[in-house]
Amino acid sequence: MKDFIKIRGVSKHFGDFVAVDDVHLDIGKGELFSILGGSGCGKTTLLRMLAGFEIPSSGKIEIDGNDVTHQAPYDRPVNMMFQSYAIFPHMNVARNIAYGLQKEGIAKAKINKRVDEMLALVQLEDFKTRKPDQLSGGQRQRVALARALIKRPKVLLLDEPLAALDKKLRERTQFELMNIQDELGITFVVVTHDQEEAMTLSSRIAVMDKGRFQQVGTPKEIYEFPDNRFVADFIGTINTFEAVVTRMLDDRIELYSDETGTAITALGKQLFEVGQQVEVAVRPEKIFLSKDKPSNDEDTCVAGVVDDLGYLGNRSLYRIRLETGKIVQASSQNRRRSVTRFLEWDEPVWLSWRPRSAVILMD
Amino acid sequence: MVILAAAQRRDSDGLMATTHNSKDELWRRFALAAPYLWLLVFFLAPFAIILKISLADPVIAQPPFTPTFDATGHLSITADNFRFLLTDKLYAITYLRSVLMAAMATVLCLSLGFPMAYGIARTQPATRGLLLLLIVLPFWISFLLRVYAWMGLMNNYGVINNFLMWAGLIEQPIQMMYTDFAVFIGLVYTYLPFMVLPLYATLERMDLDLVEAAQDLGASRTRAFWDITWPLARPGVIAGCLLVFIPAMGEYVIPYLLGGPESLLIGRVLFDEFFVNRDWPLASAVAIVLLLLLVVPIVLLQRYQASDQDSSA
Repeated sequence: MKDFIKIRGVSKHFGDFVAVDDVHLDIGKGELFSILGGSGCGKTTLLRMLAGFEIPSSGKIEIDGNDVTHQAPYDRPVNMMFQSYAIFPHMNVARNIAYGLQKEGIAKAKINKRVDEMLALVQLEDFKTRKPDQLSGGQRQRVALARALIKRPKVLLLDEPLAALDKKLRERTQFELMNIQDELGITFVVVTHDQEEAMTLSSRIAVMDKGRFQQVGTPKEIYEFPDNRFVADFIGTINTFEAVVTRMLDDRIELYSDETGTAITALGKQLFEVGQQVEVAVRPEKIFLSKDKPSNDEDTCVAGVVDDLGYLGNRSLYRIRLETGKIVQASSQNRRRSVTRFLEWDEPVWLSWRPRSAVILMD
Repeated sequence: MVILAAAQRRDSDGLMATTHNSKDELWRRFALAAPYLWLLVFFLAPFAIILKISLADPVIAQPPFTPTFDATGHLSITADNFRFLLTDKLYAITYLRSVLMAAMATVLCLSLGFPMAYGIARTQPATRGLLLLLIVLPFWISFLLRVYAWMGLMNNYGVINNFLMWAGLIEQPIQMMYTDFAVFIGLVYTYLPFMVLPLYATLERMDLDLVEAAQDLGASRTRAFWDITWPLARPGVIAGCLLVFIPAMGEYVIPYLLGGPESLLIGRVLFDEFFVNRDWPLASAVAIVLLLLLVVPIVLLQRYQASDQDSSA
């Protein structure tokens, strides 16, 4: 089911401020969908509209075929995991988790059984009677998750689910979340500002800025084929060059850039006019570094000098100064074990990349 | 006392963190001893004196009570005063009236103060300061003056009656002054800030996500209030109620100035026994019983809170 959640032309105004601006989106059943953006981009407002804490100023939200736009939070088949986890401090772990079912007036024995199932799911069996202030951050996160899942919602909303955890725990929890989602088949909608988190977790991502979606797609699509400057900049690092279109061919576009001082070829079927000003973007890891001039004429080749370099263990980062003065970032995997560097400061170097690595951005 | 106990608990937590520098140690002991010293000098010692007087007989002399040890050095105490308090119905009724008045004033303060505190805690941080200032603003004017102002408002030809008659809503002035109603108005007006401030302190700290989480899990707004907001506000509710109930119970000025002769409260009786009848021993006995009436519920409450804390530990 491709349109399990249907968001149609949803906007939210707070006075003069437009938090969410005419958003359209379909989320499929069982998807792990992320809304990615910086603070104040409207992602949390959108999530709160899905939860029912905010009513859209205009537009419509449907979940599983039902219009929920004006439904109260407690009537929606949706549960939310809060960024602060919002664990009730005056109730122990079991009572926190049971809360949702208690409000449905379900028999005690049945509630207890479900609570035990949930505790097992999040591996907190031994913490049943603990009070929240006796739990670690990771345990609190799992209590919040169990509490939000116990009613078997059609959609689980997660607001920055991992932001409060430290790095190691975050990586482990990421995979736990994915496993649980896979096991239960519940549609997850995650809001996050962390692009790495969004990339690893999600089946699809919406990149949001100024209340609008800049691009919606799989992590790969977003990373490899960013639609515009914002998306390219937001996800990972990218080099951009101002360029002019010189020739349009069937499957490729030829350009000339003053910033590299060379011609650049990009693959693509987008339509441009000759003479049009565009931006060409290349990811650092797509740039090859070599001491001799590469011989492939299809590739774009530029000469430069190592301006700065950084050793990160698994890879090295380079900042290369081109003859035009432009700084380009490149990275390479450290495949060989060696204490001597492949490149040193101020050493001349050739940069090259393939036509399919160059992306033409529109604003 | 509840507040003090909480402070002690925090002190004992802090103990482990302190270093064992001898100078620090000395200061620490002093800091710990200070509240006890205060209690000893300003509460326990006067209490002992009152207790001693309450066990004496009144005499027309200076001081107006018999000494604890007679001329031969024998202990001479009597429970007559307490016996009298029990046998004369007037006292029992007055105590009861005082408890009821104070309790009703407390409930009224709570039901007015809770929405106020809640409202203030939920406004923009910038406006909160202003609103809190408005709550404490009346303290800048003498308490007595404010009570007199109420007399001016509630008089038979005061502002309120004049306005109602001018508006044609009533023909005769309504008797407000010298009634229980006036005492109520005075009590609630005077003690409302003591309810609002501790309530505000707890509500302001409360994480709003908790209420939304409850709603998200299926609780209606009212349900979420009773499940989440109310239990979490309980420390503030308890502190506010004690801060209103205790002084309202022994209040003397408000019933004296606003109340009628029939609205007799224990504070008034206490005053009259001391200064009109000059029966210091009986007055002291009245004070002791009043204190017991106040202390017993507080101790029970404290024990309840302590057990609550244990169960959470």
